[in-house]
Amino acid sequence: MLPARLATLAVLALVLGTLAAVAWQAGGLGALQAADLAAARFTVVQALISATLSVALAVPVARALHRRRFPGRGALVSLMGAPFILPAVVAVMGLLAVFGRAGVVNDALAALGQPRISIYGAGGVVLAHVFFNLPLATRLLLHGWQAIPSERMRLAQSLGFSPKATLRHLELPMLRATLPGAWLAIFLVCLASFAVALTLGGGPAATTIELAIYQAFRFDFDLARAASLGLLQVALCVAAFAVSARIALPQGFGAGLDRRAVLAPPLGWVLRVQDGVVMGLAAAFLIVPMAAVLLRGLPALSGLPVSVWAAAGRSLVVALAATALTLLLALPLALAAARQRRFEWAGTLPLVASPLVLGTGLFLLLRGFAAPATLALPVTVAVNAALALPFALRTLLPAARTLQADYDRLAASLGLSGFARLRLLTLPRLARPLGFAAGLSAALSMGDLGVIALFADPTQATLPLQLYALMGAYRMADAAAAASLLMVLSFALFWAFDRLGSHADA
Amino acid sequence: MRLSLMLAGFLCATAAQAQDKPVLTVLTYDSFVTEWGPAPIIEEVFERDCGCDLRFVAAGDGAALMARLLLEGDKTDADVVLGLDTSLTAQAAATGLFAPHGLAPAPDLPMAYDDALFTPYDWGWFAFVYDTTRLATPPKDFIELGASDVKIVIQDPRSSTPGLGLLLWVKAAYGDRAGEVWAALADNIVTVTPGWSEAYGLFLEGEADMVLSYSTSPAYHVIAEADVTKEAAPFGEGHYLQIEVAGRLAASDQPELADRFMAFIHSPAFQGTIPETNWMYPATTSPAGLPLAFEWLIWPEKSLLMSPQEAQAARGPALAEWRAALAR
Repeated sequence: MLPARLATLAVLALVLGTLAAVAWQAGGLGALQAADLAAARFTVVQALISATLSVALAVPVARALHRRRFPGRGALVSLMGAPFILPAVVAVMGLLAVFGRAGVVNDALAALGQPRISIYGAGGVVLAHVFFNLPLATRLLLHGWQAIPSERMRLAQSLGFSPKATLRHLELPMLRATLPGAWLAIFLVCLASFAVALTLGGGPAATTIELAIYQAFRFDFDLARAASLGLLQVALCVAAFAVSARIALPQGFGAGLDRRAVLAPPLGWVLRVQDGVVMGLAAAFLIVPMAAVLLRGLPALSGLPVSVWAAAGRSLVVALAATALTLLLALPLALAAARQRRFEWAGTLPLVASPLVLGTGLFLLLRGFAAPATLALPVTVAVNAALALPFALRTLLPAARTLQADYDRLAASLGLSGFARLRLLTLPRLARPLGFAAGLSAALSMGDLGVIALFADPTQATLPLQLYALMGAYRMADAAAAASLLMVLSFALFWAFDRLGSHADA
Repeated sequence: MRLSLMLAGFLCATAAQAQDKPVLTVLTYDSFVTEWGPAPIIEEVFERDCGCDLRFVAAGDGAALMARLLLEGDKTDADVVLGLDTSLTAQAAATGLFAPHGLAPAPDLPMAYDDALFTPYDWGWFAFVYDTTRLATPPKDFIELGASDVKIVIQDPRSSTPGLGLLLWVKAAYGDRAGEVWAALADNIVTVTPGWSEAYGLFLEGEADMVLSYSTSPAYHVIAEADVTKEAAPFGEGHYLQIEVAGRLAASDQPELADRFMAFIHSPAFQGTIPETNWMYPATTSPAGLPLAFEWLIWPEKSLLMSPQEAQAARGPALAEWRAALAR
């Protein structure tokens, strides 16, 4: 429990400490404006729709991926996870290449003599959020399906369960345990959305809380209001968490013997076609925009200036360091949260920490000790680790709960504790989610979740910062190449860790 | 452990260098210090005979620079701040952090600008840039634009300097009628981006017919890409000016070096880098003149500019108008 307590303290200090530092500098909290409340309403509504749609669509996709086997399935599962780890600016470019005014969909519609559609507006925001989060939801649910012990599936088969009966007795309890957590994570991601909502939102009607914070900092320099808005975001996080905790119920399948699942996919061509169509559509929706980014960027890759490669190297180091830190925080938190819910709270909080509040608070807290520019990389590592923590925790938690329920008594009766327990029980049983969590953290911090302008130092920029520098210097072709490099590196990290996890699992 | 060692190393290195030569710290925006910006050349030339270490510290963009200054207050290490524009100078002057520069007004601005605290180093007009192969006849003013079905992409005034520039442009041109103009523009706006880069990227991808940028943007495409299809549309109301300025901090621990740098700003070496690195007009044209591509740019007959005080007072109400007209 001690490591979990330390991790909790570290997270609380980072999220609430920075908020307090900003409020302290301002001399208190400021009143919110009418426009801020409108922003809060839009933020919550779009996040509700985006999260609900993402998990609802993920159910058939994950189910089809779970019960069908075909060549290239592993690669497809990995590839479909990729949009989640894309930096917002790259993902938006990819989506626009497909759905934009000059995108392939509109070109096709025009060729058919149909009116063009516009992606800009609330619909575009939701579309982009589903694009980002459907992969996360699918993977979290797929883990849920894989975690149903194969003995239960066998029993269902020998009892001659129809797909409907399997759904009712096995799949629904699993969904009840997994869905609320996945929904919560996605709801909170969408709550903190800034660049996506602004670029695709089409105008000030799509103002999110994060943009209101941005405005308070930069347009009005009203730190007091920024702190209030930051607090509002934390309050929304707590409320959403309370709701999802009420809905989630433990599944209680009991332990299995880890025998390889014998697949008996439901027969009948209707179901087959249905699964095929579901997987095909999801794959096309997720993969085509990414392919568009790659196709545009790859030709210019060899001509990239040296500084971009140096930035890529720096980003890799940051990503690996942040991943190590994330796992160090997430594993003890997940194990502790399996026993006591309050640890889950702490690990979820960073999701709604505004990067701008975080950056400014850290700047205020640290500037007495060293020049901000010398702290750029360590601060980036710390912030990326904190911001990736909720996703790592969300991935580990269901498995950690099952581990606790199924093996805790056995481990206790064998007197298994400390490092022996970690080595013989915890790590092997959590290998798959651990690998996924590590991949997620590494890829996410490659894409730099928080833009920490106050610490940024262009001479030691990370790849996403360098990408922005290229765009700011009119070098859009180089920026496109840097974007595809970023995508390839993020995906490579993600894939390597993910593979590591699923092989250890065998 | 390794991290703290690295940190200690950093700090020692910084301290050791500081003992060698006096350090002059210039706080500026990101794009000024990248390898494509003016800073590398300026640093090399200035360090040749100042006997000092010129250090650029970057802090996001112009507005982030202001925020950084307000956060740090009199504890800032900066000796010179470079990169504020006239929509921010009233706020900057009010901090009381700046000292008079004592320099003569810069000669090559399209309208007189004299400020005891801030000296201009470059300037440009905001303008809508379009692609001549996609849009044959661009609108001639905001009214024609509002009535047309030309699609534009603009930046959010709450998060972007050009976005704020457009807000003040419409306000300066139309005063109380600005709200109506925005209402007419609403259906032309494809989207509002957080910063200049996203908007310009969307325009180049063909998402909009025109983008809010600078009248000098086409020069980049001519010089760097030999592409002559990008042009700025001249608007009948006149074009809003952006004047970028530098100021020296009263609490600087290197007052002589700071003054020397402020004077250096108007030297041919500094000003000569501006057109092709910052893609703006120099405040004091160097004897070598401007690059040829700059001669082909539009030269608006009328410049619009609010005084720093007017700009400061106008932006709150103008933002409310903008939001009301666009948030339908």
